[in-house]
Amino acid sequence: MAELVKLTIDGREIQAEKGALLIEVARQNGIEVPAFCYHEDYSLQAACRMCLVEIEKTPKLQVGCTTPAAEGMVVRTDSDIVRTARKGTLEFLLTNHPLDCPVCDKGGECELQDMVFRYGAGESRFVERKHHVDEKQWSPVVYFDAPRCILCYRCVRACNEGMGVGALGVGNRGAISEIIPNHDDHLECDECGACIDICPVGALTSGSYRYQTRPWEMEHVGTICTHCADGCKTTLGVRNHEIVRGNNRDRSGINDEFLCIKGRYAFDFTKHPERLQSPMLRTEKGYQPISWSKALAIVATKFSTVKLAGGRFGVIGSNHTTNEENFFLAKFARQGLETKNIDHHRTGDLAAFFDALSGKNNVLATTADLYQAKAVLVVGADLSQQHPFLAFQARANVRHHDGHIYAVTTGEVREDQQAVASVRVEKGGELAGVESLRDKLKAEGDLVIVFGDAVQGDVLRKLVAFGDSLGIPVKYVCLVDYSNSRGAFDMGVTPKDGGLSREQMLAAADLDVLWVVGANPLKNAQLASKNAFVVVQDLFMTETAKQADIVLPAASAYEKSGTVTNVCGEVQKLAQAIKVMGPKTDLEVMGLIAKEMGLDLGIWLPEKVFAEIRKSVHGYNMSQGQLAVGPAATMPLNGRVAALPGTIQSSGDTLFTSGSLTRYSGILNSVMEAPGQLYRGKGQ
Amino acid sequence: MAKQLYNPPSPLETRILSKRFGLEGSETLDVYLANDGYKAFLKAKEMAPEAIIEEVKTSALRGRGGAGFPTGLKWSFVPRTSPKPRVIVVNADESEPGTCKDRLLMEYDPHQMIEGILIASLAVQAHVGYIYIRGEYRYLVEAMDRALEEAYARGYLGKNIAGTGWDFDLYTHTGAGAYECGEETALLDSLEGKRGIPRMKPPFPAVAGAWAMPTLLNNVETFSAIPPIIRDGGAAFAALGTPKNGGTRLVCISGHVNQPGVYELPLGFPMMKAIEEVAGGIPGGKKLKAVVPGGSSCPILRADECDIAMDYDTLAKIGSMLGSGGMVVLDETTDMVGFALRIMRFYAHESCGWCIPCREGTTWMKKILTRFHEGQGRREDIALLGELSKNMLGRTFCALGDAAALPTISIVEKFTEDFETYLARQEVMV
Amino acid sequence: MTFSPQLEQRFAKMLTRYPEGRTRSAVIPMLIYAQDEVGAITRDVIEEVAKRCKVTPVQVDEVVGYYSMLHRKPQGKFHVQVCTNISCLLVGGEELYEHAKKKLGVGHKETTADGQFSLEEVECMGACSWAPAVEINYDFHHHVTPEKLDQLIDGLRKAH
Repeated sequence: MAELVKLTIDGREIQAEKGALLIEVARQNGIEVPAFCYHEDYSLQAACRMCLVEIEKTPKLQVGCTTPAAEGMVVRTDSDIVRTARKGTLEFLLTNHPLDCPVCDKGGECELQDMVFRYGAGESRFVERKHHVDEKQWSPVVYFDAPRCILCYRCVRACNEGMGVGALGVGNRGAISEIIPNHDDHLECDECGACIDICPVGALTSGSYRYQTRPWEMEHVGTICTHCADGCKTTLGVRNHEIVRGNNRDRSGINDEFLCIKGRYAFDFTKHPERLQSPMLRTEKGYQPISWSKALAIVATKFSTVKLAGGRFGVIGSNHTTNEENFFLAKFARQGLETKNIDHHRTGDLAAFFDALSGKNNVLATTADLYQAKAVLVVGADLSQQHPFLAFQARANVRHHDGHIYAVTTGEVREDQQAVASVRVEKGGELAGVESLRDKLKAEGDLVIVFGDAVQGDVLRKLVAFGDSLGIPVKYVCLVDYSNSRGAFDMGVTPKDGGLSREQMLAAADLDVLWVVGANPLKNAQLASKNAFVVVQDLFMTETAKQADIVLPAASAYEKSGTVTNVCGEVQKLAQAIKVMGPKTDLEVMGLIAKEMGLDLGIWLPEKVFAEIRKSVHGYNMSQGQLAVGPAATMPLNGRVAALPGTIQSSGDTLFTSGSLTRYSGILNSVMEAPGQLYRGKGQ
Repeated sequence: MAKQLYNPPSPLETRILSKRFGLEGSETLDVYLANDGYKAFLKAKEMAPEAIIEEVKTSALRGRGGAGFPTGLKWSFVPRTSPKPRVIVVNADESEPGTCKDRLLMEYDPHQMIEGILIASLAVQAHVGYIYIRGEYRYLVEAMDRALEEAYARGYLGKNIAGTGWDFDLYTHTGAGAYECGEETALLDSLEGKRGIPRMKPPFPAVAGAWAMPTLLNNVETFSAIPPIIRDGGAAFAALGTPKNGGTRLVCISGHVNQPGVYELPLGFPMMKAIEEVAGGIPGGKKLKAVVPGGSSCPILRADECDIAMDYDTLAKIGSMLGSGGMVVLDETTDMVGFALRIMRFYAHESCGWCIPCREGTTWMKKILTRFHEGQGRREDIALLGELSKNMLGRTFCALGDAAALPTISIVEKFTEDFETYLARQEVMV
Repeated sequence: MTFSPQLEQRFAKMLTRYPEGRTRSAVIPMLIYAQDEVGAITRDVIEEVAKRCKVTPVQVDEVVGYYSMLHRKPQGKFHVQVCTNISCLLVGGEELYEHAKKKLGVGHKETTADGQFSLEEVECMGACSWAPAVEINYDFHHHVTPEKLDQLIDGLRKAH
């Protein structure tokens, strides 16, 4: 426990940790000290001078953002002199500000507006000519309007310290200083838009959102990003049932202020023109739209007939659909269709993972653990590309807690910049690489090991044995690719107990029905069974859908409720942002097929299905109330987990790809960095 | 044989630091050695670091860059037993308008400064130093490089200096045009290859300076004063000046005087005597209007305030500063509006832009003064200039905001009639 | 890109001056010397200096914008810098600058059509006691009168 000091702020006696910054102490006690440049996550600047406070026995006003609390200090944050100083600073700020609030994207949620409203003067004494610079487009997603910029340097720090990219700098000097991009007139970066979210004014604006709407015309729906497995919260701005922006300005998710390009911009697939609007039936004249009732009848009849005839089913589930949908699908397959042939595209060896951890406590790392642990070891993954939020957590850990990062990878990764040690290995040499770090790792207080698909089966077991042998607390993250990869496994969308794996289903010559719910297994594969009746539920006419006999249009994650489980096993709730006409949620589609078949699989409302999950899925006994307030972590199994047939392979998505969704996101395709590559400098 | 100086010396000078100025070959090591060179270093080598620092404290030497901080005290702040190596940095970024003395010390007597740096290296136990020279002084980078080369060749730099077993490396480093880099922490950022933005303090450079190493940073003249202090004793140097204001300093007299020039005068030298006798008085028998006592950032003095002794404490007492030694003399014909404008144009140009009040305040005031100067002034501008200056004063990140505010406040308050004259002229024209 | 052998030698030495791993310190000296040779800080110079000093191009770009002696556009072969700051102002610095504008036919930060001369009104360059002062490239000229400036410029014109 840190030493406590007593000080007085605005006449109130306050206890604070010695050395805590006055601005924080004041805010924690409900005393507002305004600031632009201060941001608790990033380095101190003392540049905006808004947080000046009066301290007794100190001749000059002091900035609250860098002055540590000390015993006996008497601080005033609201004296005449402080108010005059704030007013003066705001007056200075507005001299070159264009005051184009009526057309500015930020109008209504602008910190400068708020500050001027609260602390500023009603009129300006500035009668001179303002300095003007034209607006610049730095990338498809980032625009910069220099005159609006107040030079708080938050964007520069977010990019440099937070993202580890360092794409922004400060150019020129004095009153014509301005933020500059890393490549002369444009940005080459993660295109994450963190600079836009963190901008207190409308200087940095989003290519997709700018001039679209006013903030107060939108509804703001916080949900979970549907792309990678990290489970970031994204707040979707919705106007007239259209998503117009994604952001994270309220920082209420597990991801704090983090979002990547996918979470912030790649919601645009929902309004892609090729989005399926009605069920499609393959006919001699190609696909023809048919009604839902007809489509459901066709599918139900086919399923019932094949089941009755003792035919062979193959069911492939999704990495993106909800836990409820995956659970219902597994139940449908096993109970309704009486088949064990159910699987999904597995991107990490969770079976071996849970088996290796069986019986151990406290070994599943949460996303918060990557921020808290003394050390993080990344094995066989390009974390910043594949799991950008986990990478962000590790960077924040270094920044805030002097945490240590280690990387054992086949090529250069961003983690190298901060790593205590980086080991380059050939594929397959990961364990040897990890072993070479043994002495260093042993000296760490505790460790989180994050590993990719190169670590599976025995190698995974050996890695856990290595962790056990270090003699320090070790937690693990088994990386998987997509928003609900983890949930698909947990919900039993796996060929356990002797079912066919995904590859085996595709290779089986006698398959009678292939039912694909939210997956694209035929993207790079052929279906061996020529006579199989193929049913596909999807948003788009994917490679798999194009081989289907019937395609049922599905709702996306942003159009439904339910839960998903992230890479760390944290269960979070989706919130429906928009309603769509035509597509239905996969849960509803499955429920209706079951009804049509006369099956009793229970009520297909997400809450009802989740109640079943609580009862029957290990580690998921969490209440809706718990889920309503934040993520709930799952727990490891206690008991052996049998190995599953089939291959396990990550898709190797980068920051700018998202599996089959990639091609339907205009934004992901518009940035010059796309599609990106893993492991820069690999093999050099 | 004497060499031509930029200005002839005055018989009223006390030439301690400048005693070799004018000697033929004064920039060479031979001439330096023949004229007391390196006696002080050899003496210091036999002294404990504490004793060197004590001697400097005794001398009452105060930083000659402008802030006037006691040098010995500054040296004592450097943790000389720190496991991190210590670094010496010489501030040769002479940029304060009105100041042109460090040029001479480097041009005419580079070895004196090198010896001073070496003595400092003993005091703080440093083995490397950098001379940060403003970009405009390229010829001095070259001159210093020649002097360093000679010192290395003759064993006065590098390994085992003068056979004493002491090692020290010294390099020049050029700036590229930025007044702000004269601020010591901005200079350090610049030395590290960054924009010259001042740093937050603490930590002070003595603890974490260049590359986060403990750093001793002093002005050219401060280092140049060290050899005479060690050679002849701190007390002798102190005795030249007034209490707490030891020694002599190079005063740069410019503006409306008959013999502008750089003159070495003891601290406490009467200001009027400097103007009238050392610098030969005001041309054309004109009357004195004002004096900028120590560079453009000092509050300006009215003629009736100038009958004073030039030392740090006396100037502070009357609300101004001795600053960097740049004394600018203004005769009665001087237009103070134009003068204030020129000062503000300078600070607006040189504001690094880091903090809001300085960045926006200097530019705003520049615009007001420009308009006023062009005959578009408003009566309320006079008060506005004062208020805006006060909105900057003490609220900026570094002292540049004060440097812009202080002279402006003093001009607006002390020479309001000049502003009134502009308004009156406007009325006539209307 | 490569520079002249002399400059390459200077840069090689420069990079060894600073403590281990602190090559960023060479950015500013390297830029100004490169500018002297190349004529301006081009994008290529920025990328090259970044590579040599092991920093990112934007870190170099930030510096280029900050320092007033670093220029992105080529200056004249002779860069005439006239000081008009206070000490010079009092003794004819502004008149000298106005004269220089007329003499060269260009304004602040402009270059003559033949590329021979560029003009810049500069801040105090440390010649206050010998004002008014002019610096042409890196050469100081003190107590400059309009006549003396004419002679200087004409002399340079003739010699080249």
